[in-house]
Amino acid sequence: MSEAANTAPAEAIAAPDDDFDREQPQPWWAKLVGGSSIWIGLILVGLIAAFAIVEPSNFVSVANARNISTDAAILLVLATGQTFVIITAGIDLSVGSVLVFAGVMSAKAMDWVGGEGTGTIVVGLISALFFGGLWGWLNGFLVAKARITPLIVTLGTFGMALGAALVITGGIDEREIPYDLIDTVGTGRLFGEIPWLVIIALVVAAVFGVLLAKTRFGRFTYAVGSNAEAARRAGISVDRHLIKVYALAGVLAGLAGWLSLARFGTTTIGGHATDNLQSITAVVIGGTSLFGGIGSVLGTVFGVFIPAVLQNGFVITGVQPFWQQIAVGAVLIAAVYLDQLRRSRNR
Amino acid sequence: MTAGERTPLLEARGVVKSFGRVRALRGANFTVYPGEVVALVGDNGAGKSTLVKTLAGVHSPDEGQLLVDGRPVAFSSPVDARAHGIEVVYQDLALAAELQPSANLYLGREIMRRGLLGKLGFIDDKEMKRRGDRSFHDLGVRIQDTSASVAAMSGGQRQGVAVARAVMWADRVVFMDEPTAALGVVQTRNVLDLILRVRERGIAVVLISHNMPEVLEVADRVEVLRLGRRVARFERGNVTMEEIVGAMTGAIEHKENHA
Repeated sequence: MSEAANTAPAEAIAAPDDDFDREQPQPWWAKLVGGSSIWIGLILVGLIAAFAIVEPSNFVSVANARNISTDAAILLVLATGQTFVIITAGIDLSVGSVLVFAGVMSAKAMDWVGGEGTGTIVVGLISALFFGGLWGWLNGFLVAKARITPLIVTLGTFGMALGAALVITGGIDEREIPYDLIDTVGTGRLFGEIPWLVIIALVVAAVFGVLLAKTRFGRFTYAVGSNAEAARRAGISVDRHLIKVYALAGVLAGLAGWLSLARFGTTTIGGHATDNLQSITAVVIGGTSLFGGIGSVLGTVFGVFIPAVLQNGFVITGVQPFWQQIAVGAVLIAAVYLDQLRRSRNR
Repeated sequence: MTAGERTPLLEARGVVKSFGRVRALRGANFTVYPGEVVALVGDNGAGKSTLVKTLAGVHSPDEGQLLVDGRPVAFSSPVDARAHGIEVVYQDLALAAELQPSANLYLGREIMRRGLLGKLGFIDDKEMKRRGDRSFHDLGVRIQDTSASVAAMSGGQRQGVAVARAVMWADRVVFMDEPTAALGVVQTRNVLDLILRVRERGIAVVLISHNMPEVLEVADRVEVLRLGRRVARFERGNVTMEEIVGAMTGAIEHKENHA
């Protein structure tokens, strides 16, 4: 059949006998752009390389690496929980307020037990995890059972958790934090070099990254976000799973609250109004799709560090640090645009 | 009628199902014999989808009986129907597009790793992919890259994945709700071949379809539903398209054996 006879019926005849063979394997670059977190990891490496070239002595140092990662540690814990929620096609705006509330309850619990020492610190940790999980559970229950959109549910609990923290404290930060907690978790370092905050955050990211990628819990999380109806028909209890995911995000926000107490030695009630947006930004830059079903914790790790490296690099290279906000905003929009391209190509 | 001598694999007797004031099924009968392809046809609103959902455990009947191997059963959920080896390929396929084909095959029934890891909830993706690939191969579902997500696949391939999933878990009956409605000519051919291959494995196929030539080609028998009742049954070779359409529209009245 000649090229000229390219009419519709001719095309049908000329087509191979089998549409199943139509798909071509993707070129390597499409796979990079389309799927894994490698792409965003390369951007991070590129940024680090750029700052290292411009300002080798100040940017490339153990102390500076420590600064960057300490600043990023607490956000990474929040963003890890946020990753799970966004993969279910949800969103959690309440994380910063839950962090504050859990921190307040943790401080109160430690105050109530009294003293220094490991026992008190552990009570504080359990209290933080419990109260964080409670708000998370409430988010999940309202999303799954009352079927209220996650944006509104977590916007509501965002206000409620912060309000409750203010009511409990009378609006005054709790400063009675056991010094042992600040001295170990807050400012302590493994081998005198690696801050415990950073180690805890990386362990959390690693454990939950594996949970997401390798376990049934993770598989259900992707399935619920990809096609909740399909998950339901496959016998997955979608409601129960959603509640678990939001509770997990709450527990991790609680852990972040406890870490924040350790780091700052106070409940920092007023300091977490934009944690939700920062964590969502990190997760989305990391390649997790707001439409659900796609994402990884590794991507989120990169997504947390890109703004942190930009901030630090601009300061060190003498660029006005306000440029960081502009750059992060642009990266965020670009990340979502790439996600949409990937989806439209596939449908 | 030779079919009458065998014990039906799956049978609905006098099923009544109403939704509010709408009586979707008004004493419907339906029979599936082992290892056959039976077409369930009827005009829009005849009750086909309701009947399928009843037989798949999605709806429970208001009246009437379901029988598996001649024994009465009650399905309170799709899980009960599955336990009897009954699977459904829905029209929307119910695939998680962002997941790989093998993850879809095993969704909710994942293969776990052995030993401690399995107890901790780790899944064995390699094994699922290996078995999935084999299952696609055996069924003749051609997917070039089974590690890509379902979203990257054509409509025919998606249909193939959905059918492979149903066949993988169905011991007895696979329902296919208009499997070719959204497909082109070539893809339709593939799905029809797939139906015959499923039958070769001894699994009965219930084909819900509007496409009469397609029905005549692959179905061993045809059962016609009209206004919530079975109005006719035909054997392959003894029926013309005009007769089926006549029964569907009520232009030709047939005697229904039962009830």
